[in-house]
Amino acid sequence: MTRRVRPFWPVIILAVLLVVPKVGVHLPVLFDGPLNRAGNLQLLAVGFAFGIAALSYNLLFGYTGILSFGHALFFGAGVYLPVIALRHWQWSLGPALLFTLVVTLALAVAVGALALRTQGVYFAMVTLAFAQAGAVVVGKNPGQLTGGEEGLSLPTKNLPTWMVGVIHTGNLYWLTLAALIVVYLLTLRMITSPTGHIWEGIRENERRIEMVGLRPYTYKLVVFVISAVIAAVAGVLYLFLSSGATPASVRSDFTVALLLMVIIGGSGALWGPVAGALLYHYLNVRLTTWAASGTVSALPGVLSRPLADPLFILGIIFVLLVLFFPRGIAGTFVTQRLRASRRVENRAR
Amino acid sequence: MSTLIFITLTGLALAAMYFLLASGLSLIFGLMDVLNFAHGAFFTWGAYAAWWVISMKTPVGGNASTGVFLFAIVAAVVAGAALATGTEVVLLRPLYRRTISQVLVTLGAGLALTELTAVIWKHDAKLFPQPRWMATTLTIAGARVPANRLVLIAVAVLVLAVMLLFLRYTRYGLIVRAGAENREMVQALGIDVNRAFTLVFALGGALAGLGGVFGGAYFKSIDPNIGTVNLIFAFIVVVIGGLGSIGGSALAAAIIGLSQQYANYYAAAWLGDFVVVILLAVVLLVRPRGLLGAQR
Repeated sequence: MTRRVRPFWPVIILAVLLVVPKVGVHLPVLFDGPLNRAGNLQLLAVGFAFGIAALSYNLLFGYTGILSFGHALFFGAGVYLPVIALRHWQWSLGPALLFTLVVTLALAVAVGALALRTQGVYFAMVTLAFAQAGAVVVGKNPGQLTGGEEGLSLPTKNLPTWMVGVIHTGNLYWLTLAALIVVYLLTLRMITSPTGHIWEGIRENERRIEMVGLRPYTYKLVVFVISAVIAAVAGVLYLFLSSGATPASVRSDFTVALLLMVIIGGSGALWGPVAGALLYHYLNVRLTTWAASGTVSALPGVLSRPLADPLFILGIIFVLLVLFFPRGIAGTFVTQRLRASRRVENRAR
Repeated sequence: MSTLIFITLTGLALAAMYFLLASGLSLIFGLMDVLNFAHGAFFTWGAYAAWWVISMKTPVGGNASTGVFLFAIVAAVVAGAALATGTEVVLLRPLYRRTISQVLVTLGAGLALTELTAVIWKHDAKLFPQPRWMATTLTIAGARVPANRLVLIAVAVLVLAVMLLFLRYTRYGLIVRAGAENREMVQALGIDVNRAFTLVFALGGALAGLGGVFGGAYFKSIDPNIGTVNLIFAFIVVVIGGLGSIGGSALAAAIIGLSQQYANYYAAAWLGDFVVVILLAVVLLVRPRGLLGAQR
């Protein structure tokens, strides 16, 4: 018997992430300029916001086994509702956020209650249809409310000064990181609770949960609403970080991106989706920059043009992951550790 | 009155395009339980293959000759069928019986294949030349309707008839129908279901490619997202019609296409897409297996 030592590397990573805005280290190739440049901080912070969204998606997909194609609807609600309240109705930040929370809750309960009457791929298609309806409304700009294809910029008038301006990117960075940590711990608490075990039970065998005398529908609705609200939180943070709302955050492409983040990271460990989200966002941004750089554009067109298209690369990565690494980074890592520890046990025997 | 006829025919043409996508999706799902997200990419590739053939033989801004257009149709069908067969054999077969993984892999393949058209031909929209007679308007009971709308409807009706005959009177049609009902039993009788899988995929891809050509003619221009946009409506058509039912797909396509056009014209321009989603919600609540879907 060996006592399992609690790994201390999460603490180290956390400490490093916390001091990033204060250190001006240069990491050539990986980041342009010093690490604490506003652009780099924003890159990381958006990665954290996507990490929160990916955590919420994984609660549905990874833990409860529900494949939703409508998650962008709730992320988009988090992006659009505050900016509409702040800009068109001149509300202050507190009421705008409360309004966002209430509307997202109502929307999630309504969509969830309807869509969860179906299962499997039907559920996937129904949620896709609802999200599409949301995207259509945003795109068509009813009553000049959403700004259509142009989107809306975030008015700075009613925001606290510590949030406004490029010089305060560090504050937003810390805010997003703090939110990520809170959501992470909250999710950890939920999945280890009795309800969390029932969610996993639903994923493994829904019929059996029914046989035990529980109603899967209620549990699924709860997880759907919780994950929708967390996605909206991620959306609000994303709004602050990008100082505006664009229709891309409501489109079903974003749900596909979330799915990709979870698949890249793997749902085997809770940190998997967060790692996947960071990697996804980093690649998405950096691939575009690299493609514009001399090294790639000097290549012959057959190579440089596919490399300049992040979606193409991500699609290929997606296929390769599903085929060869279905458990993602976390899954591959965890299995290897399990194998290694088993080897040690066998030797001890 | 003439407006009503115009909108009805436009709605039916839209329905015909949805049907060309949805019939393949529905067959694939009925037999393999796979929701094929790559289907939109087959549509896009059909459209681009046709555009590529036409633009080689047509002066810029001119009309395509009928012969070239027919050749473009063949190219589109071949492109769609080839891509679909490749997807099934290379990507889906290794993931046999892992439905979620299969759905995910088609999603990735759809993304990559769609973006590949953007890599090759850029993101901007391309004008889609068609024969002069297809672009001219005919007067039907006072309504001036572009001929390509009528051609599209005729093609879809023809495809529907051929598909129904294929399913009812051929040996492979029998296997597909039986496989949709009970795959294990068909295998137990010693029939190679894998070949039927490849067949329905190729057939679905061919129909999606065909949809791509006429979609290009209908919209007069194409861009890489043309397939994905229509795929969402095709999904809705498949669910409303009932997964696995060709007749259901045809009926649902007509309902969706018409209600979209009527709502767009008589109410607000963005309401059409919304009405479709509401229809979907109503059908799922009242009749979850779809209009003509079998009890599963």
